Amino acid sequence: MSEPLVEAGGIGKRFGGVRALDGVAFSIRAGEIYGLIGPNGAGKTTLFNVLTGIYAPDTGRFTFGGRDITGLKSHEVAAAGIARTFQNIRLFANLSALENVMIGRHVRTRAGVLGAVLRNKATLAEEAGIEKRALELLDYVGIAARANDAAGSLPYGDQRRLEIARALATDPKLLALDEPAAGMNASETVALRKLLERIRADGTTILLIEHDMKLVMKVCDRVLVLDYGEKIAEGVPAEVQKDPKVIEAYLGTPA
Amino acid sequence: MNVLQQNRAARWGAVALIGIVLIALPFALSQVGTAWVRITNLAILFTLLALGLNIVVGFAGLLDLGYVAFYAVGAYAYALLASPHFGLHLPFWVILPIGAATAALFGLLLGAPTLKLRGDYLAIVTLGFGEIIRIFLNNLSRPVNITNGPQGIAGIDPFRIGSLSFAKTDTFLGAAISGPMKYYWLLLAVLVAVIAINLRLQNSRIGRAWEAVREDETAARAMGIDTTKIKLLAFAMGASFGGVAGGMFAAIQGFISPESFVFVESVMVVSMVVLGGMGNIWGVILGAMLLSFVPEVLRYTVEPLQKAAFGRMIVEPEVLRMLIFGFALVLVMLFRPAGLLPSAVRKRELAARGEGELAERKA
Ligand SMILES: Nc1ncnc2c1ncn2[C@@H]1O[C@H](COP(=O)(O)OP(=O)(O)OP(=O)(O)O)[C@@H](O)[C@H]1O
Ligand SMILES: [Mg+2]
Repeated sequence: MSEPLVEAGGIGKRFGGVRALDGVAFSIRAGEIYGLIGPNGAGKTTLFNVLTGIYAPDTGRFTFGGRDITGLKSHEVAAAGIARTFQNIRLFANLSALENVMIGRHVRTRAGVLGAVLRNKATLAEEAGIEKRALELLDYVGIAARANDAAGSLPYGDQRRLEIARALATDPKLLALDEPAAGMNASETVALRKLLERIRADGTTILLIEHDMKLVMKVCDRVLVLDYGEKIAEGVPAEVQKDPKVIEAYLGTPA
Repeated sequence: MNVLQQNRAARWGAVALIGIVLIALPFALSQVGTAWVRITNLAILFTLLALGLNIVVGFAGLLDLGYVAFYAVGAYAYALLASPHFGLHLPFWVILPIGAATAALFGLLLGAPTLKLRGDYLAIVTLGFGEIIRIFLNNLSRPVNITNGPQGIAGIDPFRIGSLSFAKTDTFLGAAISGPMKYYWLLLAVLVAVIAINLRLQNSRIGRAWEAVREDETAARAMGIDTTKIKLLAFAMGASFGGVAGGMFAAIQGFISPESFVFVESVMVVSMVVLGGMGNIWGVILGAMLLSFVPEVLRYTVEPLQKAAFGRMIVEPEVLRMLIFGFALVLVMLFRPAGLLPSAVRKRELAARGEGELAERKA
């Protein structure tokens, strides 16, 4: 396989007395779907938050495509090419689905106040491009018919898809998804799996937090297992599934 | 001609008609009374303020209760550079951009330390900022006399274009063109420009970024929006409109003092925005016009009406004005909480919130 896209070493993060992450190290190869699993409170979302600049890690470093991105601000991480979704869906609820995705194009476009006011050729062309790409992405995730509906009024599954479309609008190299299947029914989950495979086939690496083990086993190339902020296993799904430490963490059997 | 072309022709026809009416308006107004042209001018000034504040409050969702500070900065910039106070008499087209830029700078000055604040906290700090500016203006007369303190600055130059002075009455084709009428046309032109700028900003990459910040700052940042920059931009843009309006106010009045820039003025502008429809440019204009004109109409009707009905004054117009003002605001908030002409986004927001409360009550 190819060279690592993300490399993380010694990542630590505490919240008061809670050690949410403790010396976590892993690497994600370009082109794979990399799973991140673990029981509730294991530190998965926290790992996303330190990777995407919402929090600075207390210890450790991240490199992305060979570049040190530790401690970059959230918007700089997005500009570097990491886009994410949120476990508790954070859409711009009162804006239309289309506007949500158009906002995702912000970081790849340039028009400022002057362009907006003068509406010169370059700005108009850029605007048209933004809208075209946003419509394409809505179609790509399968909710083109909802383009003009308020994001907050969409059914749950569509909101998850819209969040993916908005993230894809930033042209990410790495797409980080925090429990995208949560709240989806079986058929929606199958459609999601196909979407994830398609996104990967189109050249975007995926980091996936998911509690739906069936989905993880089917779609992930490798998985990392966290428990109480520590890495307890890493490898291909079939092997990780058999790991006694992983079974223990999930079943809660005392050591 | 197909339907589309017909529609377009109809739209341009309507625009042309409105344009002609607006341009001819001061002739009609001066028939009613010369004061009405002045009143209209002040109404346009307040509309400019409301549109500027709408960028900060309506677009970016940052509640600013000290907006009048930028109006003051623009007014003093003009007064200091075009009055006997320093003996400077720069032309207005030089000062207005300076005033806009200075106000924008003050916008940044307010924005930078308040970036992490939202809602009520931001409101309190901005309120304080407005007061600080006014207190500075009151006290910057010693040791070096910059603002002339509470006495204010008098003898401010009117606008001049070549030999054409905005303070004098000219006759043109036999019609008397008064100073206020000239200001009216200038204000109208500025208003049209400001409306166009607002509309274009709203439907742009920057406008969308403001909306994103208002909706969810964390998500906006995760989408690559530099929220620091985009919020400061909102403060600076909003402030610069306030600065331009302030400069024109100074020239029109010929005299300014810190008393023109008290907290109540900020409240007034916020009320215009909220009453009309936060985030909707036409709503904001409606709100500004209503809150500017209704009190004036009252002033001219209440007194004669009462005298005719009771033979004497029972309620002072000023009292009635505040009464009606408060009553109108309460009514609007009860029956049209998103404003008289709400923006689509505000409507959705309130509808969603209502549903949420309903669900909570059911649970
Ligand atoms: N902002 C915060 N402040 C304080 N504690 C936090 C914060 N964020 C996370 N934690 C704590 O850190 C630990 C890890 O939380 P995290 O959200 O990363 O878990 P998770 O693996 O995503 O769990 P879940 O599967 O339930 O989403 C938990 O004990 C949580 O309470
Ligand atoms: Mg989580």
